[in-house]
Amino acid sequence: MSREDRLGWGLVAPALLWTAAFFVLPFLAMLALSFAHMEGREVVHGFSFGNYVKAFGDWSQLKALVNSIEITLTVTVLSVLLAWPLAATIAWSVPPRWQRAALLAAILPFWTSYVVRSYSWALVLGKTGVLNRGFGLIGLGPYEMASTRFATVIGFTHFFVMLLTLTIYANLVQLSPNYLRAAQDLGASRLRAFVHVILPLTLPGIVTGAFVTFTLCIGDYITPQILGGNNELTLPQLIMLQMGRGGNFPMASALSVILMAVVTLAYAACARWLRLDRL
Amino acid sequence: MTRRFSTNLTALALVLASPALAEDQLNALVWCDHTDPALLEPFEKANNVKVNVKEYEGTAAGMAILDQSAPGDWDVMVVDSVDVARVAAAGRLAPIPAEALPTADFFPELVMAAQNVIDGKTYAVTEKYGYNTISFDKTKVDPADMEDMAALTSGKYDGKIGIYDYYLPVLGLVGLGQGVATADLNAGALAGLKEPLMALRKASRQVSDVVSSQTALATGEVDIVVGGGEWLTAVLAADNPNLDWTIPKQGGLRWSQSIGVVEGAANPDLALKFVQYIVSPEGQAALAQSSCYWGMPANMKAGDLLSAEAKATLRWDQQPDYLARAQLYPIPDAATDTAMQDLWTEMLNQ
Repeated sequence: MSREDRLGWGLVAPALLWTAAFFVLPFLAMLALSFAHMEGREVVHGFSFGNYVKAFGDWSQLKALVNSIEITLTVTVLSVLLAWPLAATIAWSVPPRWQRAALLAAILPFWTSYVVRSYSWALVLGKTGVLNRGFGLIGLGPYEMASTRFATVIGFTHFFVMLLTLTIYANLVQLSPNYLRAAQDLGASRLRAFVHVILPLTLPGIVTGAFVTFTLCIGDYITPQILGGNNELTLPQLIMLQMGRGGNFPMASALSVILMAVVTLAYAACARWLRLDRL
Repeated sequence: MTRRFSTNLTALALVLASPALAEDQLNALVWCDHTDPALLEPFEKANNVKVNVKEYEGTAAGMAILDQSAPGDWDVMVVDSVDVARVAAAGRLAPIPAEALPTADFFPELVMAAQNVIDGKTYAVTEKYGYNTISFDKTKVDPADMEDMAALTSGKYDGKIGIYDYYLPVLGLVGLGQGVATADLNAGALAGLKEPLMALRKASRQVSDVVSSQTALATGEVDIVVGGGEWLTAVLAADNPNLDWTIPKQGGLRWSQSIGVVEGAANPDLALKFVQYIVSPEGQAALAQSSCYWGMPANMKAGDLLSAEAKATLRWDQQPDYLARAQLYPIPDAATDTAMQDLWTEMLNQ
């Protein structure tokens, strides 16, 4: 091994050790636990697929995974659709000296507690909340919005639009306006130039933000717990249900491994465009 | 670094460390009602001690915390009374001298020797109790209807019901509605509860935790909370006098929590002192009115320190009748517990 190689390994070693100690080893422990089972209230270590069979074979368990994926995909798509125009407006329409202030305003809600924000949405969307009162003034409603999937999606989207705005903005400000001018000089309409030139060039920012959104959203327990009214379970809620009084850690581990597998699949699907250095 | 700067740093470190050196520390694994400064401060001042609290929910979660801790990390633990035997059997609770506890002053039903005493040794003492029954807004619901659980699934209150998100009390209540005593609630009896549970779910608007249930009731999102009780409505009583609770004719469930000294506690004498404070009239009065949730004190002498309003909110005078009509939480074996949890999951995802 050359001196340069040794130096490289030496520099990388702390990060590798950190990852091994705080990610790889805990994950292996969780994976091993997922094959254990409960006898009474005792965890019996062994190698059984029983937890996975139950997770995929029992519809009430599998539905939690389906719910999680449906909600996460909805939130991710909605967040991208809302964040892109917001980021574009900040990058292209706001004078450069005001862009920092505009970005700051966009991420202001990050400064409040996540839990407080979720409870605030529950109050806004409630039967006597701000929205329904507003609808009442124009003779509409009241609508049942709280304790629904709609409320969960709203709470998530509010949070992740801010995150996606940052990643897409970071991508957009690096784009030279000459790309758009060149496309239009060559006869492309504004729509065609957007679809074939601008959008592909901002894809890394979109996909990076979308992947982070997907990962954080599918693993979140707080928002569906507060805003969803437990009218449908998501996977993190099902995991928590195993932990509370019953202490079924093997089942909770199996469900967590499944959650990680879904995130890994999402990563594989996005890997081509992912630019995590943009975060 | 100059010598003078180094000396100053050392002095600063000593000053910063001095409170810790002057005070004893007591580490308590508790439920949220024990985090109220109004409860802890009198004990801290009287004993020149700092009480460090960590909240947990669910006995398994509490035991997992103990499993991951070193001996001596924890001094006292609050535990669901029906789980004292389970925690003691796991070697997590130390025996405490029964004669050091004022159980003679307790409501007789709350001594709970069957739960707190194992093989003649006392492992915990009951500190607080209340009921899982039906909370409601009396301006939106006919209080007479709430005296019969059948009204919940009659169609009259469809979409106006919230269910407290804890399977033990709610399944216990559904069982009572079907004439199944909590002591008889086993895996076999559960089959008969599926249909009424699903009917209740169909009539309900949401299944939610403590704070969400309180919010929903206070904001009118729901008018009834099944599984509620004084612990749900008492903290809201000042701002929402319309909120009420009752025990229907089929009965209600009695929840109770106990406190014990953790096996291997670093300071067992101080730990016992804290337990004694919690079950003293002063500690009981503060605990009963904790900002997290209210509940009846196990020690009757706390009544002397509670205001008339507080006693009215807690229904102090009705306790003999309520205690007679309420049954203890189900104490499921592991198989029944798993079956209950599966039924609950099915209900949530129906």
